[in-house]
Amino acid sequence: MRLTGAQALIKSLEMEGVEVMFGLPGGAILPAYDPIIDSPIRHILVRHEQGAGHMAEGYAHATGRPGVALVTSGPAATNIVTPLCDAYMDSVPMVAITGQVPSTAIGTDAFQECDTVGITRSVTKHNELVMDAQDIPRIIREAFHIATTGRPGPVLVDLPKDVLQATMEWHEWPPAIDLPGYKPNTKGHPRMIKEAAKLIAESRRPVIYAGGGILKARAAEALRQLAEMTGIPVVTTLMARGAFPDRHELCLGMPGMHGNYTAVTSMQKADLLIALGSRFDDRVTGKVGGFAPEAKIIHVDIDPAELGKVRRPDVPIVGDCRQVIEELVKAVAALDEGAQPDRSAWMAQIRQWQKDFPLQYDRPSPDQADGPLKPQYVLECLRDSTPDDCILASGVGQHQMWASQYWQFDHPYTWINSGGLGTMGFSVPAAIGAKVGRPDRMVWAVDGDGCFQMTAQELVTASAERIPIKVAILNNAYLGMVRQWQEMFYDERYSEVYLSPDLPDYVKWSEAMGCVAFRVEHPDEVQATIDKANEVDDRPVVIEFRTDSSEKVFPMVPAGLSNDDIVVGPTPGREVRQ
Amino acid sequence: MSALVGSANRHHTLVVLVENKAGVLARVAGLFARRGFNIYSLAVAPTDDERFSRLTVVVDVESAPLEQITKQLFKLINVVKITELDQAESVERELMLMTVRADAGRRSEVIELVNVFGGKIVDVGHEALTITLAGKPRNLDDFEELMRAFGIVELQRTGRVALPQLDRRAPAQIRKVS
Repeated sequence: MRLTGAQALIKSLEMEGVEVMFGLPGGAILPAYDPIIDSPIRHILVRHEQGAGHMAEGYAHATGRPGVALVTSGPAATNIVTPLCDAYMDSVPMVAITGQVPSTAIGTDAFQECDTVGITRSVTKHNELVMDAQDIPRIIREAFHIATTGRPGPVLVDLPKDVLQATMEWHEWPPAIDLPGYKPNTKGHPRMIKEAAKLIAESRRPVIYAGGGILKARAAEALRQLAEMTGIPVVTTLMARGAFPDRHELCLGMPGMHGNYTAVTSMQKADLLIALGSRFDDRVTGKVGGFAPEAKIIHVDIDPAELGKVRRPDVPIVGDCRQVIEELVKAVAALDEGAQPDRSAWMAQIRQWQKDFPLQYDRPSPDQADGPLKPQYVLECLRDSTPDDCILASGVGQHQMWASQYWQFDHPYTWINSGGLGTMGFSVPAAIGAKVGRPDRMVWAVDGDGCFQMTAQELVTASAERIPIKVAILNNAYLGMVRQWQEMFYDERYSEVYLSPDLPDYVKWSEAMGCVAFRVEHPDEVQATIDKANEVDDRPVVIEFRTDSSEKVFPMVPAGLSNDDIVVGPTPGREVRQ
Repeated sequence: MSALVGSANRHHTLVVLVENKAGVLARVAGLFARRGFNIYSLAVAPTDDERFSRLTVVVDVESAPLEQITKQLFKLINVVKITELDQAESVERELMLMTVRADAGRRSEVIELVNVFGGKIVDVGHEALTITLAGKPRNLDDFEELMRAFGIVELQRTGRVALPQLDRRAPAQIRKVS
């Protein structure tokens, strides 16, 4: 069968089972947009290529399937660099297809030319410039294989215009992948797994340190089994919220710089950390030298380079989290019939910390119904007014931390955020991608006013495509997290962080983009407005909450300090230093 | 270039088999740059199998632990195999081209030293000689030191290439990194 390169591209995407892609056409990618008309693949026309990338990520987070973005050359390719880097840092399976100037023009500084593979090399798991139309099916197949296996990540395929226009002979879908240098090891070493079971059986103060790898490996069920059979408590990192249900009695919540006291301190005092798909990120460890000083480490990761990168494990296990945990469950059961030592003192200590140091803020009392609006209160109301399986996407900053702290994640794949790269503006497009992938679910984006201004234009996409996401802007008129640092660490010298509460007018702006929009200024309006927003299901809806700008995120481990130096709350008397 | 080439134990030799594809060298070099690893020297050439090229890269382990370097390298899709060669258990060679000042008065002195080291004179001018010398990196270092006294005009070294020694114990001494 004779096909053009462009037809071969779209057919290859169909063969990969792609149901939707996010993109924006332009000169070099034009040939690929013609066969889209005849393809069953849904194309969502974004307003900015960064939006396409984050939508692809949101889709991948919510569904586990690779997100696909299709954009043109030059500025479109550079606009998608941020989402690629975001996906790389958070191990999100994604395939980006970029147009390129004709192969004969490459290297001549042609119109809309840029060295896309050169620019994206360090932010992709792999990338490939296609120089022969005949290679398209193979390279697309390899791209999806690489993006979705091993440690998932973004793959970029760069397609010169003449390659898209050339004809090729479509023989058959490549039956096998031939990548001699790529063979991810998914099965953990049996001896190491036995060693791990032994360490677990010896430990008195163990903590399971669950990371995003649990979700990527679809290992939430295996994790629950391991935790329940051993009775070991679980912390879920920012990337793993929902991987273990918050309502579970063994769940300690989020550790790290803004983690709760119990999650942070239990890791500090542990004699064993069972790190499952987590990577000892600096936001979790604080000062590495002072992190969990007495703990032995079992570290399970599909990426061998993570083992020993930050902290040398006593038992390193390279493998897929689900497979390894399932084997570990068997190994634990086989050792002395699964007998575990008495850890009641440890659990009692943990319960005491939970009792002494819960998350706290000044909840509005009924007589303060028209007082300042606390962002945490908004999130608690939102949490209690949405279904259990509601998907929450977040931007980056204070609102992200409050959302992670105050939401209750009881299901995997209900929390979508930018953890590693910390990309402001992530939430709106990510929520759109998630809603496209999971139209059956309610999807809320929680955003800050700073974040919202970075990618709000994608609400036009959502309106045009009838993608009814819901957005809660926590508008504190500041770049709040920066403000918090300037208040705490720069003697309240506020430099370039003020944004204004009413410039822009978020309600008018949202309405102009085709959304239903509300503004909430006082606690007594919160519930009724959320209820109204939840009833809108034919278009996007935005609520602007005017929140208290003096509110800060606590607890906090100041940057560069040990996790032992956790600051629990804002009042000096409440600060805890050990 | 330091006179200590090859002698400092912070330098390790990695032999990296890569797919012979466009941009692979840029991937390897980019990885080193991004992760803050230092390349001391690098030599690249096709192998007997045209699908693959072999990189011999001497890395500075001061900048990062060798294990992290090899693990990150192996994550590159086009990297097929990495072998670490212990300097004591491998054969290493390097080629040098050097132009050294040698007027009529000192020419014979230079030629004598070239002969002692087993080098060759490949070009002769009125005031200078160009010499080629292939050998162990350490011998090249020694020769370079001696020539300084005469005045080195230009110097090029290829970076080392290496293969494991054909010792009876060879298989055990080659640490397969991946």
